[in-house]
Amino acid sequence: MSDSYTLAKIIFGRLTWESFPIHEPILIGTFIMVLIGGIGVVGAITKYRLWGYLWTEWFTTVDHKRIGIMYMILGLIMFLRGFADAIMMRLQQAMAFNGSEGYLNAHHYDQIFTAHGVIMIFFVAMPMVTGLMNYIVPLQIGARDVSFPFLNNFSFWMTTAGAVTVMMSLFVGEFARTGWLAYPPLSGIAYSPDVGVDYYIWALQIAGVGTLLSGVNLIATIVKMRAPGMSMMKMPIFTWTSLCTNVLIVAAFPVLTAVLALLSLDRYAGTAFFTNDFGGNAMMYVNLIWIWGHPEVYILILPAFGIFSEVTSTFSGKRLFGYTSMVYATVVITILSYIVWLHHFFTMGSGASVNSFFGITTMVISIPTGAKIFNWLFTMYRGRIRFELPMMWTVAFMLTFVVGGMTGVLLAVPPADFVLHNSLFLIAHFHNVIIGGVLFGLFAGINYWWPKAFGFKLDTVWGKRSFWLWVVGFWFAFMPLYILGLMGVTRRMRVFDDPSLQIWFMIAAFGAFMIAAGIACMLMQFYVSIRDREKLRDTTGDPWDGRTLEWATSSPPPDYNFAFTPVIHDGDAWADMKKRGYQRPVEGFRPIHMPSNTGTGIILAGLSVAFSVGMIWYMWWLAAISFVGILAVAIGHTFNYKRDFHIPVEDVVRTEGERTKLLATQG
Amino acid sequence: MSTEATAMPTGANPVFHLAEEPHHPEGSSTALGFWMYLMSDCLIFACLFATFGVLGGSYAGGPGPKDLFDLPLVALNTAMLLFSSITYGFAMLAMDKGRVGATQGWLAITGLFGLAFLSIELYEFAHLIHEGATPQRSAFLSSFFTLVGTHGLHVTFGVIWLVTLMVQVGKHGLIAANRRRLMCLSMFWHFLDVIWIGVFTFVYLMGMLR
Repeated sequence: MSDSYTLAKIIFGRLTWESFPIHEPILIGTFIMVLIGGIGVVGAITKYRLWGYLWTEWFTTVDHKRIGIMYMILGLIMFLRGFADAIMMRLQQAMAFNGSEGYLNAHHYDQIFTAHGVIMIFFVAMPMVTGLMNYIVPLQIGARDVSFPFLNNFSFWMTTAGAVTVMMSLFVGEFARTGWLAYPPLSGIAYSPDVGVDYYIWALQIAGVGTLLSGVNLIATIVKMRAPGMSMMKMPIFTWTSLCTNVLIVAAFPVLTAVLALLSLDRYAGTAFFTNDFGGNAMMYVNLIWIWGHPEVYILILPAFGIFSEVTSTFSGKRLFGYTSMVYATVVITILSYIVWLHHFFTMGSGASVNSFFGITTMVISIPTGAKIFNWLFTMYRGRIRFELPMMWTVAFMLTFVVGGMTGVLLAVPPADFVLHNSLFLIAHFHNVIIGGVLFGLFAGINYWWPKAFGFKLDTVWGKRSFWLWVVGFWFAFMPLYILGLMGVTRRMRVFDDPSLQIWFMIAAFGAFMIAAGIACMLMQFYVSIRDREKLRDTTGDPWDGRTLEWATSSPPPDYNFAFTPVIHDGDAWADMKKRGYQRPVEGFRPIHMPSNTGTGIILAGLSVAFSVGMIWYMWWLAAISFVGILAVAIGHTFNYKRDFHIPVEDVVRTEGERTKLLATQG
Repeated sequence: MSTEATAMPTGANPVFHLAEEPHHPEGSSTALGFWMYLMSDCLIFACLFATFGVLGGSYAGGPGPKDLFDLPLVALNTAMLLFSSITYGFAMLAMDKGRVGATQGWLAITGLFGLAFLSIELYEFAHLIHEGATPQRSAFLSSFFTLVGTHGLHVTFGVIWLVTLMVQVGKHGLIAANRRRLMCLSMFWHFLDVIWIGVFTFVYLMGMLR
């Protein structure tokens, strides 16, 4: 008996039947739904024999456009998961009054708020931002692909591997119950002996590899692969903000890697970095993780700023006001974002001088940010504004984000922070800037660039429904939290004693349901648009009268993006070309040199999931085998020297000829 | 911006595309990309140095640097790594002259120096653990083992990489792709040398003064 027990222990590590949450009806229900949905999807792919197509055209692709689309799909799927967590929390907090415990037990509730934060930042905002940068940046700079196409594919799959690891924790074992940054000593082995924190650590470490490499990749692309004539100060503003974001990624994510590695050493090897005893220092962790964490929020918001700039300029029919100041504001924000991290823990007790320094640097950030807001307003001033969906999201952003920014300045005052720290006021603040800034920016970007990616516009009726439900729902959901926070209600509470607070939580829950309806309308918008794609077709490649280079090619662009490398004379390159009577070349095509597809990225990512499962569940054999596998596949990949091919000139002639015919039908 | 638009003489036919494919030599961004990777790796070390800086005095009643460090041994170890950097430099010089055999020879010597470094480091670690100075004993020892060990892990990967490259140079000769790879490993190897000088100074020498 004991022999078979040890054998099971060696094979399965910590994994036992008790690890499966069969006592949680909510999780069982979710699992059944996921199972039915999963079988449906897999069945449909098999029935229509799409596996081969998916493998050769998508999973192994090195085309930055397809990888960008896959990032967006990943972000969208994870967004639904993260939002399900959000609405469960809103429901719980609206119910748990007057002696009611609500419907979530503490064990489950704590996992939900942790998972919500982790998923929304790492697996929704990051993939979506990266996806847009991946898709748009090479087009905006007139490049054929990114600098390292294989690395791009690998990065995407590593991000997906991290997401898979997080999702696994829903049904096997549990997720962390520590809050999204897993502060020790709570996240140490003494207080979190279960697998939750290990899921957290490995999911983020794997995804972090992908994020870091895609950062390196995009910097190299922007620095090295711009079309002739495009000096730094002629780069489109979205490319500028992408450059700054990727600089932040490369300079911040190693800190996350290091601090999580130290936490895992504490948990696995029994070291004493962040422990209470043997000289450890938990505040080290809090400092280090925020040295990554603060730049992280700017990693998310800067590309959104870039999107708003492009949208404002296009839909006002004007050159962006104050381009140069916009660039400098972006760079200043990039630098300042490194010297504000301590404002996340003024209450640590660093003393008045340190707190003042970080309070002031924090407030200083509002200056370049304010400059940006004024630049957008002046771009709109005397412009011919077209209130298409991207512009609507942009205006909603300006109104919403300014409020979030101002509550941020409030929180930057250390004495005020002592009162508001860890309260719902803080929660309202960062949702105000992340939803009102990043998410609205992503929605503006999706509505703006969708026709470029798929060749047809998005439906406006459902788009407008989604817009109004989202924006109004946001205000309903988060303004009550400001009020509750000012009254001193702390975050992450599961039940409440004071019945007078309940009305505010009910309003917030109402807002969350409005947002749910907004999400439903958005999905409906995608469905209706795909259904009516022939009616919504964009044959010009330039549906919005755009100003930057991505609108010069067809929608969707051919694999090679541009048949000829464009030459740039002006910041708004495409507007300049249109103004000066640019004639699209119809002959003289050449074969085009392109990178080849490879399955190495997805194989390495699969092995990484196996490795993390082995580490999480103490199945050391699995971890060892998959680690050796990762090394072997990576080394094996370097023995492949044939990584590129030429698109034959006949293919280019045919593709371009079809476009010529299409453009001729416009008249 | 308007001045830039008019920088083009009006009336002249502006060129909006290149008739010929621009020549982007394969891997032309690799040096930049690899350099950025190195800098990000440098930040990981920066965090570990900072951690050692904060926790380096937290002995928790256990042994401190003066009780543990054997400076002559560490000096020998340092010499191994510095020599390996010199021999890697010779490998690169041989590569520039296009001499496959000499390149591989110098690479082999570099790898042996690397292995010698690792062996001495492992001996030192084993000795410390044997004396009870384990990574679990105090925050000082946790941060010491992690910083020095992370560097050692990097050297280990460097040696694996070096062997891989020796095989590839043997197979394909000093083609452009292999030259580029040798250059990347060169940067990596010298980078580890620089980090080690930081470790030697900050951990060992200054530790003895603590």
